[in-house]
Amino acid sequence: MSERLSQQFELGYTYTRSTGPIVGRFLTELRQRRIVGTRGDDGRVYVPPMEFDPVTASALDEFVEVADCGEVVSWCWVSEPRDSHPFDTPFAWALVKLDGADVPMVHAVCAGRDEMRTGMRVQACWAEETRGYITDIVCFEPEAQGKGP
Amino acid sequence: MSEDAGEHITAIETPVYLKYNFTAGQATTRFLQQVRQGKLVGQRRPECDCGNVYVPARGSCAACGLPTTEEVELGDKATVQSFTIVWIPIPNNPIQPPYIVANLVPDGANISFIHLMSECDNDSVHIGQRVEAVWKPEEEWDYAMDNIRYFRPLDEPDVPIEMIGKVPLAGWEGEA
Repeated sequence: MSERLSQQFELGYTYTRSTGPIVGRFLTELRQRRIVGTRGDDGRVYVPPMEFDPVTASALDEFVEVADCGEVVSWCWVSEPRDSHPFDTPFAWALVKLDGADVPMVHAVCAGRDEMRTGMRVQACWAEETRGYITDIVCFEPEAQGKGP
Repeated sequence: MSEDAGEHITAIETPVYLKYNFTAGQATTRFLQQVRQGKLVGQRRPECDCGNVYVPARGSCAACGLPTTEEVELGDKATVQSFTIVWIPIPNNPIQPPYIVANLVPDGANISFIHLMSECDNDSVHIGQRVEAVWKPEEEWDYAMDNIRYFRPLDEPDVPIEMIGKVPLAGWEGEA
């Protein structure tokens, strides 16, 4: 073998995903810097909204606005972010239970490694320009001291 | 709560990009080196009963699994094994639909590769049709199959379906 042929290339799947009325409403509200969920048949509030009740399977259509702050229920530290991660510095993936919601949702928390703990209070950091994507919330940050409930 | 929400969102863009670093193995490297010289070269394992000539070769015979050690230079003529008419524009693809993508078996080879067809009436392209390669000017040749711009129809008799993939390097004489 005299030669080693090697080449970089990128395969792109340029998907557009239909959101449907429930996720579409969630994203439309995000664009207005509001977070909404749906209320299940048992009164629990799901955020992000569920289209169907996980127990009864009935269609859900009662939207409930929740706070853009809440509590870290669980988390995982990302010490070496990859290209596809939202940040190039270490951060945490976390389950955040927003005030007014009954289930947590996944998002990124930007905080120091030493600040991270289960039960910590966090606050959404909104993008300057919102587009109707989950990334309209850039991340959650530790709630400012004295601002808690 | 959404009195100032603007247009309701019904769809979002969710692209997936896969970044590869492709390194050609020995067989593919040999193939690409020949393509750069303007030649289509297949490979076979002469001892194998199947006698199949593969192009582009992956380095081993699919019948016996052993290395394809012998190179076989192929001609510019080929036969349409199957084809599709592409109507959907693909982002960043400069080719305007509708165009034909075909599985073509070069004379002297036993398996097909995929390439474009042009200079043809799309509605009359058919299985068994005879075609020939149209190469780019020599100064543009690289390690790439698009050294061949496309294949265009030949004025030769069709190859019967059962003979597609069995046409010798000498070509198709039109005798079943």
